[in-house]
Amino acid sequence: MHSNRLSPRLGWAAACWAVLLAGCGSGAPTQATAGGASPEGAKPGAELSGKLVITGSSTVAPLCAEIGKRFEKLHPGVRVDVQTGGSSRGIGDARGGLADIGMASRALNADEADLMGHAIARDGVCVILHKDNPVAELKDEQIVAIYTGKIANWKDLGGKDAPITVVNKAEGRSTLELFLHHYKMKNTQIKASVVIGDNEQGIKTVTGNPDAIGYVSIGTAEYAATHGVPVKLLPMNGVAASIQSVKDGTFPLARPLTLVTKAEPSVLAKAFIAYARSKDVHDLVKDLYFVPLD
Amino acid sequence: MADARAARAADAAAAALVWSSAVLVTGVFAWVLFDLVRLGAGQIDWAFLTGEPEDFGRGGGIGTILVSTGLILGVCMAVAAPLGLGTAVLLAEFTPDGSLLGLLVRRSLDVLAGVPSIVFGLFGNAFFCVYLGMGFSILSGGLTSACMVLPILIRSTEEGFRSVPDEYRMGAAALGMSRAAALRHILLPAASPGLVVGLTLGIGRALAETAALIFTSGYVARMPESLFDSGRALSLHIYDLSMNVSGGDPRACATALVLVALLLAINGSASWMAERWLHRKVSEA
Amino acid sequence: MSHSTKDALLAWVLRACAVAAGLIVVLIVVFLCLEAAPALRNAGWARFFTDPSWHPNRRAADGTFNLTPMLWGTFFAMTGAVLVATPLGVLSAAFLHFYAPKGLAVYYRRLIELLAGIPSVVYGFWGLVTLVPLINRVHPPGASLLAGIAILSIMILPTIALMADAALANVPRAYLHGAAALGLSRWGTLRGVVLPAARSGLFTGVILETGRAIGETMAILMVCGNVVQTPRSLFDPIRTLTANIALEMAYAMGDHRSALFVSGLMLMGQIVLLVAAAEYIGRGRVHG
Repeated sequence: MHSNRLSPRLGWAAACWAVLLAGCGSGAPTQATAGGASPEGAKPGAELSGKLVITGSSTVAPLCAEIGKRFEKLHPGVRVDVQTGGSSRGIGDARGGLADIGMASRALNADEADLMGHAIARDGVCVILHKDNPVAELKDEQIVAIYTGKIANWKDLGGKDAPITVVNKAEGRSTLELFLHHYKMKNTQIKASVVIGDNEQGIKTVTGNPDAIGYVSIGTAEYAATHGVPVKLLPMNGVAASIQSVKDGTFPLARPLTLVTKAEPSVLAKAFIAYARSKDVHDLVKDLYFVPLD
Repeated sequence: MADARAARAADAAAAALVWSSAVLVTGVFAWVLFDLVRLGAGQIDWAFLTGEPEDFGRGGGIGTILVSTGLILGVCMAVAAPLGLGTAVLLAEFTPDGSLLGLLVRRSLDVLAGVPSIVFGLFGNAFFCVYLGMGFSILSGGLTSACMVLPILIRSTEEGFRSVPDEYRMGAAALGMSRAAALRHILLPAASPGLVVGLTLGIGRALAETAALIFTSGYVARMPESLFDSGRALSLHIYDLSMNVSGGDPRACATALVLVALLLAINGSASWMAERWLHRKVSEA
Repeated sequence: MSHSTKDALLAWVLRACAVAAGLIVVLIVVFLCLEAAPALRNAGWARFFTDPSWHPNRRAADGTFNLTPMLWGTFFAMTGAVLVATPLGVLSAAFLHFYAPKGLAVYYRRLIELLAGIPSVVYGFWGLVTLVPLINRVHPPGASLLAGIAILSIMILPTIALMADAALANVPRAYLHGAAALGLSRWGTLRGVVLPAARSGLFTGVILETGRAIGETMAILMVCGNVVQTPRSLFDPIRTLTANIALEMAYAMGDHRSALFVSGLMLMGQIVLLVAAAEYIGRGRVHG
């Protein structure tokens, strides 16, 4: 009698392990997918259903997640899973089939012609300083000199006598790639004082350090600047860094936020991309301070 | 005389040092908490606790994230508790001191206890998500955290068993009980405070975990429908709001406050339970 | 079922549990090795120490993979934090047992338990918005080894404090009575009797906190500046091995991703060394 009561407990433990082992057995050979890309896509003509896995750029991820939520409301059978990462990862996952759609915060490069890019919004990359920094404008060659360590004090640029804190982005971010490409620098030349991950870490670093210089997404920077955060966006070649200049196409360092698919995307992916490019999501795009497509 | 005076002075200096370090620790804690409360307390209301994140997390609530976190903890405990209990019983009750199995398992758990959480993240991603094909899911996250909390769980459960006096075992043997019966009826109840403490510490560790969950349970903030869905954990939500979303700070602080309150509640109830157990045992005896 | 068959069954179930629990470490090492293999094959071990810098690429031939500055970063941050947190933790435990009034001790212990539970992102967040700007005022850029040591110290303090607390509680009462009979002062008792008697527990605490300091990731990532360099002063930014993984894992492809698993393996190696050191010293005490 006594000992009988032990068995349910052991049974429970055994059941847990049975579940685990069953998981091993079924999963091992076929599903080498990090995102669990859905085999059951949508059938043409039928009501859309299935799971859409989207991975990539952390700049695009919050926007995509909100669009996904709205898309799910329209199509109750669909689930949109957005995983954050970087543009390079998004493109890689889309190519390798780990994700149905990749997110990139840049246009596709020439060596990525096997994929299809679909812009859903526009953004730019701009240089930011602390609001209290008297320097109001920097020429391209001055920025290059700062980032390569040739100028290390603000007094050489008309500012106060203080060492410059150079904020750079970590490997793999397309913001970094665009910045380097625009100023024709190599990452190996850059002498950084702080290396950051996502945009908001850059804003926080510059906010906490009046002598810092960094570069982030214009959307993020303008949102911060208009919400009382002490940062300022530097103009580039005399063009003010703002949503407006990105919108009218005058800002030099603009970029499209792109959804990436293989050449033949699934019906579901196509439907999602069409929706993400439609006017129905412009309010979401604007909420993040990006520029909607015309 | 001079010696006595020097000793008294040393004693006073030591007291000052001890007190000031206690004040320093309390001060730092108060500072952190004050900043969190200042930024986040105003955000917390019922809608925040039950709602879905909106406006990229700047608005809405954390209801769905609480559910995901709960499910991750559920999976974690459902796997870790039986496994940990079994291992602890074996180590404490069934293994003679020099046993090779006991030695190997104990060594391996020592190493496991020290494995950095980011390495659990790497492993969980490579094993559960990719190799076993679970993808970014609550299941992957839960299993990864189960591996992580196992050593803490086993260690304190084992302590619980070791603190049971040998008279109990002898008494049970004298009554002719099987070891299984003795375990179920005598040792397990007597050792349960250790188990409870272990569970608490484990839940605390899993709840606070970020690095291991980024690469396993993922980023999706909607209400999970099954264990195979990706679900964002509380600490990951804090990370995303503070590092990736402009204007996310107030909500990040509010979420952190909720997390700290949860930990306080779990710790508090665990020590309350442990005390009650002790009390009952004493009053029964 | 007879008693003995049931007991035998139970013993086997328990053994299965223990073996499963013990095998997790093996599984982790196996998978780290599997994932690290491409980088080791394409680049080899040596390049992780001899390359000119850390500028990884998805193809090993196009990148440079020197991990040594990050090994130093991890080492300095860990050492600093252990040096700060250990005395504070031991003094905190002494406070609990010998100095605090009884009512206060309960609350102080609760506070330390709570500190132990606060997630590292919260510390990191706080460090980034409060501590880093503060250090920046003394010496830019603020995000630095010093900030990392400060945050790490706060984070590992509860580990050593709670272990020291338990160790002091285990010191036999008779020792204290003896010390009192000898007329030792409170500090004399603590230094001459209690701390030596609690040595082994304190030592375990130090090992555990060292492990935590090596493994801490998110907070370090947020406050340390993440520049890959060997620090020359406390105010230099550093990148630790763990921060490197967290910062680049979601972005890495090919050999770069694989190289991050190599750094994971190195972290595992450090932990194994730590456990072995604990074992060695522990054994030395038994015999000596």
